Amino acid sequence: MIPLSWYLIFAAALFCIGLYTVLVRRNAIIILMGIELMLNAVNVNLVAFWRYVNPQVIAGQVFAVMVFAVAAAEVAVGLAIFISLYRRRNTVAADEVDLMKW
Amino acid sequence: MTIESMIWLIPLAPILAFFIIVLFTNRSKWLSHTLAILAALTSAVMVFWLISKVLSTEHFGEHPIQSYLPWFPAGDSWFTISVLVDPLTILTLFFVAVTILMIFIYSVGYHNFGAPKGDHDRPGLQPHGATVSDAHGHKHTVMSIEPMYSRFFAFFGLFAFGMYLLVTTGNLLVLFIGWEIMGLCSYLLIGFWFAKPSARAAGIKAFLTTRVADVLMLLGIAYLYFATGTLNYKEIFVPEVLEGLAATPAIGNILGLSAAGLIGILIVIGTIGKSSQWPLHVWLPDAMEGPTPVSAMIHAATMVSAGVYLVIRFFPLLSAGWDGHGLTAPMQLMAFIGTFTAIFAATIAIAQNDVKRVLAYSTISQLGFMIAALGIGGYIAAAFHLMTHAFFKALLFLGSGSVIHGVEHGVLHTGDHIDPQDMFNMGGLRKKMPVTFWTFLVGGFALAGFPILTAGFWSKDEILADAFIHQHWPVFITLAVAALITAFYTMRQITLTFLGQPRTKAAEHAHESHWTMTLPLVILAIFAVVIGWAGIPEEFPVLGGILPNVVHVVGESLPEHPEAIPFNWLPLLTSIVVSLGGLFLGWLVYRNVKAGQPDPLAKPLGPIWTVLKNKYYFDELYDYIFVRPAKWMAEDFAIWMDTNVIDGILHGIASVGPILGSFFRNYIDKPIVNGFGDWIADVTRKMGVSLRVIQTGRIQQYMLMALVSLVAFGVVFYLLLVQ
Repeated sequence: MIPLSWYLIFAAALFCIGLYTVLVRRNAIIILMGIELMLNAVNVNLVAFWRYVNPQVIAGQVFAVMVFAVAAAEVAVGLAIFISLYRRRNTVAADEVDLMKW
Repeated sequence: MTIESMIWLIPLAPILAFFIIVLFTNRSKWLSHTLAILAALTSAVMVFWLISKVLSTEHFGEHPIQSYLPWFPAGDSWFTISVLVDPLTILTLFFVAVTILMIFIYSVGYHNFGAPKGDHDRPGLQPHGATVSDAHGHKHTVMSIEPMYSRFFAFFGLFAFGMYLLVTTGNLLVLFIGWEIMGLCSYLLIGFWFAKPSARAAGIKAFLTTRVADVLMLLGIAYLYFATGTLNYKEIFVPEVLEGLAATPAIGNILGLSAAGLIGILIVIGTIGKSSQWPLHVWLPDAMEGPTPVSAMIHAATMVSAGVYLVIRFFPLLSAGWDGHGLTAPMQLMAFIGTFTAIFAATIAIAQNDVKRVLAYSTISQLGFMIAALGIGGYIAAAFHLMTHAFFKALLFLGSGSVIHGVEHGVLHTGDHIDPQDMFNMGGLRKKMPVTFWTFLVGGFALAGFPILTAGFWSKDEILADAFIHQHWPVFITLAVAALITAFYTMRQITLTFLGQPRTKAAEHAHESHWTMTLPLVILAIFAVVIGWAGIPEEFPVLGGILPNVVHVVGESLPEHPEAIPFNWLPLLTSIVVSLGGLFLGWLVYRNVKAGQPDPLAKPLGPIWTVLKNKYYFDELYDYIFVRPAKWMAEDFAIWMDTNVIDGILHGIASVGPILGSFFRNYIDKPIVNGFGDWIADVTRKMGVSLRVIQTGRIQQYMLMALVSLVAFGVVFYLLLVQ
């Protein structure tokens, strides 16, 4: 059986890739994808801990399912914002959208 | 109705009349005077009913009628008021009821009820007469009705209430209330013709002068209440309380007096003011500015008598500690003031020409007789003279009013502008005004003490006998001389007014007054004679004992009944001689005064005459000592005080204000308050400026910052927590 630490390393790697994507990519959709990666890294952790630490209680799985639901809702809102943003400013590049500047 | 509750109700009718006239009937002159007279009649009937009840009571003096009523809570006890009817009350009520009723009736005629309205009379001035035309078309002037007729009767009602209240009560505080009500009425009625400056001034003078005495009297009342805890006579006039008061030294040991002495002196001072004794006598002569019924009622028969009534009533207290020798301090004061006033006022009366002023000074003088009598312990004599004096002095005043009325009629008829009150403008009126003449003669003789017949003789003789028997020689001699002068100026007045020939046209055209005026004169004249017979000493030769000596019963009001004075020929002869001698001298000197001739005494007396004429310059003296300083204080000094001191203080405060203000502004407000506020704003702004560079608006930079911070915090926490 694969030891727990492998899952954790995998999840950490996945999280770092997502984080990196969020920080360096300009396209807002790609940034959203990065966020999804980070959320899924967390899910991997949740399921792994459930399985290895306390398999009798299904709280870990339930938590993961809720994260899916929230992520889906978030993507729906995010994509709607992007479409609206594109209609107004004709771009979805994050560094071009700096309205909140001082 | 029980007799007690009726006594409470005696003063009720006049006050009701007052309110009804003031509130409702003042437009109807007829209704107003009817109401007032009915009220006076009601009270008088109640009084007479009371007297008839009392006369049938055995040893009434020892068992007076009393009734108590709690009035208001004072500390842990109730302040009770009471009515008290003892022989002294009965005697006073008797003459008060009669004189008040007579004067009420007289006022109807005096104010010309039924006469037409004046041509240019207006409220506040004496009526000036009205022009009427008779059947033949001739125009002539007749007297006109008083414009404030109803108001006069309303005031009289209030006044009668005050007097009845004062006499029937058994409580000193209620007495003082009645006393002050009368003081107010006196002021209102003296200044009744308020548009006349002299009347206005006289009213103010009377009010202020009596106020001086009243304040001191109130102090005495307060001290009495403090010392005994009650103001009901019957609770004070018990031997234990009186002895206690006489034995305690006064507060602060003033002049070494006992408490009884100090209270007594303060009460006597109240009387000095009310009964117009020297040195507070100045108001009474000026009070003659009022209508004559006012002079008769207030300033002869009732209000000034109230002053004497007070000291007679308080004689047990005033004489507390007196053993028949060595007078107490209040008695010494009374003896001195009374005797001095008696002769002092009598001498002034010689030199007065105004018919009413002569009577005013004679009133002061006669009140002096009473006070002096009381001062030497002549309780009964004082009470007796109080009663007889009330009758004959009311009679004389009303008679003088009738005379003035008659002469005024002549003045209106002839159109001459002469003073209708000056006796030198009269003369020969006995034929024109017979009823007034005969009644005035009776009153005058009573005042002079004409032997045997008149009331004044018996009462004055009693006073002289008292002084003689108890060997108060200065008092006896002075009062005898005063009695001589009294007879002299009385005859001077009668001679100048009624005898001889008319000295002016106005006097020639004078005519007898209306029956409403002469009827009271006749009734009072009867009393002025008959009332003396009630007090004939038992031991008097021939006459003594024919009629019972009713007046002597008054002595039963005292805890210890005074003894009747033994008969002695010397004071009797003295009073007969001074009376007849004075009357004869007066007639002798004044019988032949011609028109325009000066007073026959003016030349022989020289400067003394001038001094008497000017009333010993007391008015001028008081003007310099009191009136002018008071005016100076009120006018010049007050203005100086206002502009310099009060304004100075205000301006000082005002000039300190800006200095203080700019100090606060420059050293506290600007640097501290403003500085702090500005500093906060400044720092906030600078922080904003320096921090705004990190607000790039780029989401990825924010995230990077968040990541860096998170890692940094993580490292810090790790280092802190793990190690």
